[in-house]
Amino acid sequence: MSAATKGAMERAASAYRAGLTLLLAAACYEAVARSGVFPAALLPTLPKIASTLWALLLDGTMLEHAGFTMYRVLFGLAIAIAVALPLGILMGRFRTVENFCLPLASALMPIPSLAWVPVFILWFGLGNSVAILIVVYAALFPMLLNTWSGVRAVNPLWLRAAGAMGADERALFWKVIIPGASAFIITGVRQAFLRAWIAVVGAEMLAASDWGLGWVIFDAKEFLNTDVMMAALAVIGAIGFVFERLVFGSLERATVMRWGMVRAAKG
Amino acid sequence: MSNFAPAASAYVPTAGIPAQRGESGWRVAARTALPFLVVALAWETTAHLDIFPRKLFPPLEDVVGALLRLTSTGVLPHHVLDTLIRLLAGFALAAAAGVAIGFAMGRSRRAEDVLLPLISIGAPIPGLAYAPLFLLWFGLGNVTAVLLVAVVSAFPIIFNTWAGVKAVKEIWVRSAQAMGADDRRLLHQVILPGALPYMLTGLRLGLAQAWRILVGVEMLAAVPWGLVWMIFGAREFLNTDVMLAGVAVIGAIGLALEKFVFQRLERYTVVRWGMMS
Repeated sequence: MSAATKGAMERAASAYRAGLTLLLAAACYEAVARSGVFPAALLPTLPKIASTLWALLLDGTMLEHAGFTMYRVLFGLAIAIAVALPLGILMGRFRTVENFCLPLASALMPIPSLAWVPVFILWFGLGNSVAILIVVYAALFPMLLNTWSGVRAVNPLWLRAAGAMGADERALFWKVIIPGASAFIITGVRQAFLRAWIAVVGAEMLAASDWGLGWVIFDAKEFLNTDVMMAALAVIGAIGFVFERLVFGSLERATVMRWGMVRAAKG
Repeated sequence: MSNFAPAASAYVPTAGIPAQRGESGWRVAARTALPFLVVALAWETTAHLDIFPRKLFPPLEDVVGALLRLTSTGVLPHHVLDTLIRLLAGFALAAAAGVAIGFAMGRSRRAEDVLLPLISIGAPIPGLAYAPLFLLWFGLGNVTAVLLVAVVSAFPIIFNTWAGVKAVKEIWVRSAQAMGADDRRLLHQVILPGALPYMLTGLRLGLAQAWRILVGVEMLAAVPWGLVWMIFGAREFLNTDVMLAGVAVIGAIGLALEKFVFQRLERYTVVRWGMMS
């Protein structure tokens, strides 16, 4: 038997065992849910969750909630990137900017974004702006610190080599610094999205804004609609998974891997 | 598993203020203090111009006053202590379970096949989304807070321990076995030190995660004492000075966890063993 077929068989066995585990786990859950040990309102059966999810998807409410959540995350993330990317690059290039911004960033970074929710609610009122601001706060620091260290990690030899070959400041920036820092910047965007995704769920629960996946879960709790909560959890997990795997995965392939930067950053 | 990337690729930013060559300690301190002074001055000016109501935008002396008042009456220490106990209880559960599961997954193919799908399904859901569910199942209060912190912070610990155990070079294991090491010594003297840099990264990410989640959970779970609960409660009475004092204490605790717990731990273990520079 060749090594390749052996590897394929091992993979098949792994997939088989993974599927078996999931089936077993689902069966266990179903058995506990049906046994009546816990009230059915607290532990809905899987078919019930699936039908609720299907119904919510069909009448469009779930999509609308997901749309609102996505809007908050992406808008907040966009603001955070628009602020942190230039600032991070400036911090990496100029000592003065670094000396001014770094102490502030390291003092603000350890404060979890959700701690600001009550303060922001007082200042800006309940609603969208609080959720978006919390997302901005959560996403800002990973982005800023990764950009900064990415620019600083650019090999000074490359800068001098480009300079010696007659690159002006502009060419240096676009052709050397940006590609050189790109692996860090993309890691930054990725971490920023993860933080933002966590923060938006919390902000929606606390700043009660009528629409959004976090609000759905929190609202369903009031009416003991555990099936709705589980359905919303599944949607949140699916969106997070899709973003992490598909969006950032392909982004990485399209940029840093093509430029051959990943190994330099990871090694 | 790139969202809980292991030590080699996860850049865990630890912003320090690097001392530049030929600079005295005083200059570094002054340079670090300057931005805070500028921000404080801007804050003070805005607060005293009365653009915003003083209740909502208190000047810094009010915030410091609130901090001192709450500390001297013993209210703040009580809140802080309860929050820290919750954090440590949750994190200890997560560390014990996470390291055990991660080790099992790293050493046994069977455990990996069984556990990985379950964990990969749970991990992408932000921890706070589970909070209402846990509240229904376990009721308001401490049990929910501690369990949620434990579950959520276990994920990065599991992933990193698993990656660390798998990253132990096969040749080290085989040479140790060839030199007659039994399973126990293999675990203690080869696999554990080999996996430790990853495990520490996992524990560090886990602790940071636990801290962020705890902040959210305390607001939702209506625990009687707790730092974040204090902030949330102060909102009802428009005590913005108390809220800002609380936020400052939260930041200080977060910073202290990073600086005094993990950087120390790292210096005593992996750096000394030469696993990391």
